[in-house]
Amino acid sequence: MKEGFRQAMAWLHTWTGLIFGWLLFAIFLTGTLSYFKEEISHWAQPEIRSHQLDPVTSLGLAQQYLQSNAGNASSWFIRLPNEREAALSVNWRDPNAQGRRGFTSKALDAHSGEPVEARDSRGGEFFYRFHFQLEMPYPWGRWLSTLCAFIMLLGLVTGIITHKKIFKEFFTFRPGKGQRSWLDGHNAIGVLVLPFHLMISYSSLVLFMYMVMPAGILASYGDTGGYFNDLFGRDDPPAMTGVAAPMAPLPELYAKVQTLAPGARMGYIQIQNPGDSSARVTFTQAAGDHVAYRRSANWTFDGVSGELLRQGAPESAAMMTAFSFAGLHMGNFAGPWLRWLYFAFGIAGTAVIGTGLVMWLGKRQLKHAKSASLPGELRLVEVLNIASMSGLLLGVAAFFWANRLLPVGLQGRADWEVKAFFLAWAVSLVHAVLRPGRKAWGEQLALGALAFALLPLLNALTTGQGLDQSIAAGDWAMAGFDLTALGTGLFLGWVANKMLRAPKPVAKRAPRTAKASAEVVEVNGC
Amino acid sequence: MKSKAAGLPLSYRLAVTSRSLAALLGGYVLASMTSVCIALLAPMAQVDAALTGLLSSFVFYLLAFIWCFACRSAWRAWLGVLLPSLLLGMINGLAYWMKNP
Repeated sequence: MKEGFRQAMAWLHTWTGLIFGWLLFAIFLTGTLSYFKEEISHWAQPEIRSHQLDPVTSLGLAQQYLQSNAGNASSWFIRLPNEREAALSVNWRDPNAQGRRGFTSKALDAHSGEPVEARDSRGGEFFYRFHFQLEMPYPWGRWLSTLCAFIMLLGLVTGIITHKKIFKEFFTFRPGKGQRSWLDGHNAIGVLVLPFHLMISYSSLVLFMYMVMPAGILASYGDTGGYFNDLFGRDDPPAMTGVAAPMAPLPELYAKVQTLAPGARMGYIQIQNPGDSSARVTFTQAAGDHVAYRRSANWTFDGVSGELLRQGAPESAAMMTAFSFAGLHMGNFAGPWLRWLYFAFGIAGTAVIGTGLVMWLGKRQLKHAKSASLPGELRLVEVLNIASMSGLLLGVAAFFWANRLLPVGLQGRADWEVKAFFLAWAVSLVHAVLRPGRKAWGEQLALGALAFALLPLLNALTTGQGLDQSIAAGDWAMAGFDLTALGTGLFLGWVANKMLRAPKPVAKRAPRTAKASAEVVEVNGC
Repeated sequence: MKSKAAGLPLSYRLAVTSRSLAALLGGYVLASMTSVCIALLAPMAQVDAALTGLLSSFVFYLLAFIWCFACRSAWRAWLGVLLPSLLLGMINGLAYWMKNP
């Protein structure tokens, strides 16, 4: 590290990128899938039918259901259906029950108000949770993924310093030149979506900053409770009086909110102490209505008289900054086109990480092009590259296959889907250890191509909601999933074909690529 | 650099480890101290000051990280993160004591 500043930064970029790249790849891929969390869940639970949205009727049905099934609960939560979520979800907290904090949830049909017996599946929620919890016990997964986000931000900044001629390099793409093409691709994608990358990695720090950087809160407030009360403008829950009182009809309160905020879509509705004379109803505006989270966008009513008690407090500039980053990260506000753009940017981020990992190895492999086998540490990187990229794709495919093939009545069905995901991932690691590098890549990608391309067929055979039905019915969430799976399969097939067909290029092209790698060394300084 | 690992002396590896720890741990202490300093001293509402401290702490973490790998030796890396942390720590201690006597 006696070299210049740029060389030191290139070194840092290279090594943090290698160590965290595998995990970052998984975080980015599952995070990208999470932009279609509701659509994936819709595919995973095709039993829940979508209907024309009618919030007033749905709210009445939810209240009816909760009154007859959860009359003694200490609180109710209702999530209204929206354009992306077909189910009318109700949750309640039983004061006597233990386990999972006594929460029960049910998905109701938005038209009949009857509970839907959907197959047990975590659907898009699994990828969303994995994205920031990594299936690790609380709070370790969140800590680790936030550290990864910080390393991503560091990787971006050191990457910018390394490639300071960023715009010149952006217009240079030399395809078909091995290592050089990988670097050009890495830079072009990296620069093209740089604003998104900077936003997404910084905002992930903002989402969990109270957790990973608590010193400021502790010094100022003593604990996080007071900080959150100030930040979200929360009240303590009202004390139960023990006097029973009939609840005001929720559709009437909904109408009152509509006069206060015309056209506002409601996200969830919380009812505290239902059936008690101290009952309180809070309506919170749907996250999709604003870019930033709004603490002001909620209305609290007396649950018996229906009188408006208070509206959320307005946000300060600092709050709007933090809430905007949170909102931009989640992308709840995005309509279909912007959502696809988010998805494309997410894929681009995943590709930047993937190409970086491939390049790290490619550059070092060249030096051993003539020897029969790689040195141990390079072979380790190769195996981890294969397992973390094509292996993860196989895991995702296995999750969806398990969703369609596991019997609906199976005990712990949702957990088996998750097990299928990890099992496929683990098997692909073993496969990568046993097979030579290029063959392992090719075979796993080919299997992935088949697994994804056949998903629409599997869906059609097992649910009768295949592409012919879903397109005709205008169910674009279902059709979009199938078409995306098909597209993914075709893309993976194309890559697998290249991997399996190409003659060993390393030996043949050694002189040319060696020269190219000299340039790379010049640029990257490592 | 590490691909030539066989030829690298132990002292180099120790220096890299030391720099990494300085960046990861020392940088975290520095970032925390900055966030406390802003949370306690910024002339804003309590929640806004705390929030601003948190939001900006990561910038300081980032700068500390870069410093630890850009400076000339591992010793300088530690010095560069610990000295400002110590200074901020003293200011924070004073500010905390003034608010909670």
